Amino acid sequence: MFESVLIANRGEIARRIIRTVQRMGLKAIAVYSEADADLPFVKEADEAVLLGAPPPAEIYLDVARVLEAANQSGAHAVHPGYGFLSENAAFAQAVIDAGLVWIGPSPQAIVAMGDKVAARNLVGDAGVPIARGTREPVVDVDAAVLAANDVGYPVMVKAAGGGGGIGMSVARDEAELRTAFATAQSRAERFFGNPSILLEQYVASARHVEVQILGLAGGRVVALGERDCSVQRRHQKVAEETPCPVLTPELRARMIDAAVRAGESVGYVGAGTVEFLLDPASLATGGEFFFLEMNARLQVEHPITELVTGIDLVEQQLLAAAGEPPTFDPDAVAARGHAIELRVYAEDPKRFLPSPGTITTWIQPSGSGVRVDAGYAQGNTVTPFYDPLLAKLCVHGPDRATALERARAAVAGFQIEGLKSNLPFFVELLGDPEFVAGTYDTGLIDRMRAPKANPAS
Amino acid sequence: MAEEVRAEMVANVWKIVVAEGDHVDDGDTLAILESMKMEIPVIAEASGTVSLKVAEGDVVQEGDLIAVIG
Repeated sequence: MFESVLIANRGEIARRIIRTVQRMGLKAIAVYSEADADLPFVKEADEAVLLGAPPPAEIYLDVARVLEAANQSGAHAVHPGYGFLSENAAFAQAVIDAGLVWIGPSPQAIVAMGDKVAARNLVGDAGVPIARGTREPVVDVDAAVLAANDVGYPVMVKAAGGGGGIGMSVARDEAELRTAFATAQSRAERFFGNPSILLEQYVASARHVEVQILGLAGGRVVALGERDCSVQRRHQKVAEETPCPVLTPELRARMIDAAVRAGESVGYVGAGTVEFLLDPASLATGGEFFFLEMNARLQVEHPITELVTGIDLVEQQLLAAAGEPPTFDPDAVAARGHAIELRVYAEDPKRFLPSPGTITTWIQPSGSGVRVDAGYAQGNTVTPFYDPLLAKLCVHGPDRATALERARAAVAGFQIEGLKSNLPFFVELLGDPEFVAGTYDTGLIDRMRAPKANPAS
Repeated sequence: MAEEVRAEMVANVWKIVVAEGDHVDDGDTLAILESMKMEIPVIAEASGTVSLKVAEGDVVQEGDLIAVIG
């Protein structure tokens, strides 16, 4: 095992990785921007290296500067977290070329999964169900219009090199497609440096269900259950739960088989997530699902998998990267109980607009089954430079009803003042009949926010 | 009467869409702010001649003046 790990990330995920690195008796090295100097992850690391002056939004993406920090601190391994450089194959290769251990899948696997068009083709050829869509990246709007006629409206317009819901929109006809294409392409170029667009059949009212996979040293790929991530705003996740409330054991087995197949198709090592769209209308006849994308990294919502399996995913990532066996028996993975994650964002709870500011009060809930992965503490300033995630409030219980009850109590016990947070939205969500029943889909928040008809008397 | 357009939140000025002295109509996009990886369009709520008070790359605080439409 290597002796020190540089965490090329910030906020809650840097802090969460530091915790496991230190528990394993290894040295945790943080890197940070000037804007983040006061955050808990910088203080809790064994060593912290300032990446440099602004622009703060770009400094965590500076490959040369991060490698220099690794060299300067004598780090033996690099953990990229999620976002930033985590799915940057050139960075992964540069880490390896510098003689350091890369904690993640091979650069080749990142490339294979990073391009959504190539990934669809690859896993489709490996026997994983995929939605109708373009087999080649689309680069101009007229080609997109032609392709959409084949795929069939409504179509989902996506950045081929993108992620995180950025640059995604639905087009119901040619006029909408022309607008959506222009927007998607400008964002794709700006955020991902790749203007290629993918068109895919849009499944209305779908559920978003993903499978956690882990590629072990030695080549075996195992699945650690699923997560339902259908509670979304602007195509970004807000709450997740495991197990998915509508999966039958037979459907779960098919999804897990497809996810393992997808991982094996690229020789996946470490933690990864295979995302699927599940058509709820098909559940009565067994359930139909499509591959959406594979995230070649640790996922934001990994804690709920940890809560039900008892497996520390970061620890397994480190072990796999070091070529060592996992701490659990891959043939006896069992999920116990039910877990829910609520993403506490710095945003107003009605329109979900960003709300940076200084945190004047921060009181976290605690109690049986409660886990809070927070990036901030009282007195910290949340700047506009990064994503709005303040903390992940996770709860675990023996069953879904208990988990819901614990989530309500935890939300009530979480006090954040000085900026707006979406905690009031979670009060609504945890009382929403669809969410409580578990029958919701990705349209849930739009329905919650739709103008209410006059109540019938 | 001149309409003052102010920032709703702390943000970076990502793009200025109009030019100084342009005529704008109610509903036109004047600029695009960026905060927490989200683009926030700044919309004119009156018609008239625009006078810009920020430049691309500026950081604005909540309540800062972005433009005046006269």
